[in-house]
Amino acid sequence: MRRFSWFNATALTLGFAFLYIPMIILVIYSFNASKLVTVWAGFSTQWYGELVRNEEFLNAAWVTIKVAVMSSTIATVLGTMAAYVLVRAGRFGGRTLFSGMIYAPLVMPEVITGLSLLLLFIGIGLDRGVLTIVLAHTTFSMCYVSVVVSSRLVSFDKSLEEAALDLGCSPFEAFRLVTLPIIAPAVVSGWLLAFTLSLDDLVIASFTTGPSATTLPIKIFSAVRLGVSPEINALSTIMIAIVTIGVITASLVTKQAAVRQARDERMAERPA
Amino acid sequence: MRRFVLIAVPYLWLAALFLIPFAIVLKISLSDVALARPPYFPQLDLSTGWEGFTSFFAELDFENFWFLTTDDLYWKAYLSSLQIALTSTLMTLLVGYPIAYAMARAAPEWRPTLLMLVILPFWTSFLIRVYAWMGILSNEGLLNQFLLWLGVINEPLTILNTNTAVYIGIVYTYLPFMILPIYSALERMDDSLLEAAEDLGCSRLGAFWLVTVPLSKNGIIAGCFLVFIPTIGEFVIPSLLGGSGTLMIGKVLWEEFFSNRDWPVASAVAVILLLILVIPIILFQRNEQKQREAEG
Repeated sequence: MRRFSWFNATALTLGFAFLYIPMIILVIYSFNASKLVTVWAGFSTQWYGELVRNEEFLNAAWVTIKVAVMSSTIATVLGTMAAYVLVRAGRFGGRTLFSGMIYAPLVMPEVITGLSLLLLFIGIGLDRGVLTIVLAHTTFSMCYVSVVVSSRLVSFDKSLEEAALDLGCSPFEAFRLVTLPIIAPAVVSGWLLAFTLSLDDLVIASFTTGPSATTLPIKIFSAVRLGVSPEINALSTIMIAIVTIGVITASLVTKQAAVRQARDERMAERPA
Repeated sequence: MRRFVLIAVPYLWLAALFLIPFAIVLKISLSDVALARPPYFPQLDLSTGWEGFTSFFAELDFENFWFLTTDDLYWKAYLSSLQIALTSTLMTLLVGYPIAYAMARAAPEWRPTLLMLVILPFWTSFLIRVYAWMGILSNEGLLNQFLLWLGVINEPLTILNTNTAVYIGIVYTYLPFMILPIYSALERMDDSLLEAAEDLGCSRLGAFWLVTVPLSKNGIIAGCFLVFIPTIGEFVIPSLLGGSGTLMIGKVLWEEFFSNRDWPVASAVAVILLLILVIPIILFQRNEQKQREAEG
């Protein structure tokens, strides 16, 4: 029995208050009637109305979603390949360099990644816009995907793959029929991680974008630099709501899947 | 053949979009700024053959790095980034450890929910979480209103646009990175060790210092690096919450590039920043490896 003292209760209460109160305040003030964010002047949803009518924000949101879907999808494919190579391909020339290139972007300051990619795009004369942001986001998020997927690959039983190969599967079939279903949860969470990283990124997008493509974080940053605005509060509230619903749904789904898997395993163990 | 393709595709992608860009940064950091497009000199001109190649290398020099040492701004920015990163890492540890500890001691059926509550802010936009503090910390902000109402202060405190606001922002946004590794170290801890320590005459505080803290050492180290490393190059927090007096190298690099359009100096700043980061990154990797070996 673990002791749960008043100290622990206080630590949790204060800790979660610190984590959540700023966001709750942000949400509350998005319903404020006053233009001044710090003065409460009654309930109103006018800022949401203004947001929906604001073409610039809508365009930026559309660009952001496009970039996030494309980059996270490519990053998931490349990251899963990279994870498979790291865990299963054994030795090959330049393996150390390869794993270094997978881990380095995780700790690289964004300003450096952004600067170096911009200099590359200018060097090869690529016009900056949606394409360059997608390339940049894919590059750093594939590393996150490969870390998530490889931790799953390490933990699962290799003999299942070998059994499939012995039973006449081609390596590709073995991957599709055995490996992929098992690592699927990791691949999905890798995609989600890549998607949110792309949605959230300000620094790398600012470096690699051109005048033709403004993403939502770039738009928000230039707006909030001038100070707090109720429209940004409304936008933030919408984004917080989407993330909260997404995370809760995802955790419920994985919980259900875990329960189902546990039941299946019990069934399989029962002698016929 | 398939194996070759499987290796080659991600390999080439990373080489082209991660490795080569660094080579370019390194090269430009050795060039001179020029009023041209692109704004640096020399350009590699292969049309003149070998001669163009050698004259290109002859033009490269360490002038920008020399410039960084002569202008106060840069080394002060590096030092102040290091100092801000170090202080805020310690502050995050002090705030995060009790939370992680309490989470690990909570009833097992509560732990997944608590864990999700820590992870949830991590999925929410970083920019929005920093922005949330702008409204709280400003002169007419809620914190000042609250303190004035309490009667603790008579005049609003200036917090926004100072280093204090930067510290608050860093602790707030990086807290999950500190809590999670410490929690996972503490959660695995065997409680009977604490009971044994107390049976052998340790006070509860003594048992905490002699048993709990050493057992969570790896989690503490991992958490500190996860906060320290990204904080050094941080840009969003100092530019939204910091003031003109807040010197951080990420912001300097950004301004050098976007406002001064001095690409060679910006590249040199990036190269030095990377050299500074190499040491903590290697230490971090070593710690991770040691932990993996201990578990495996």
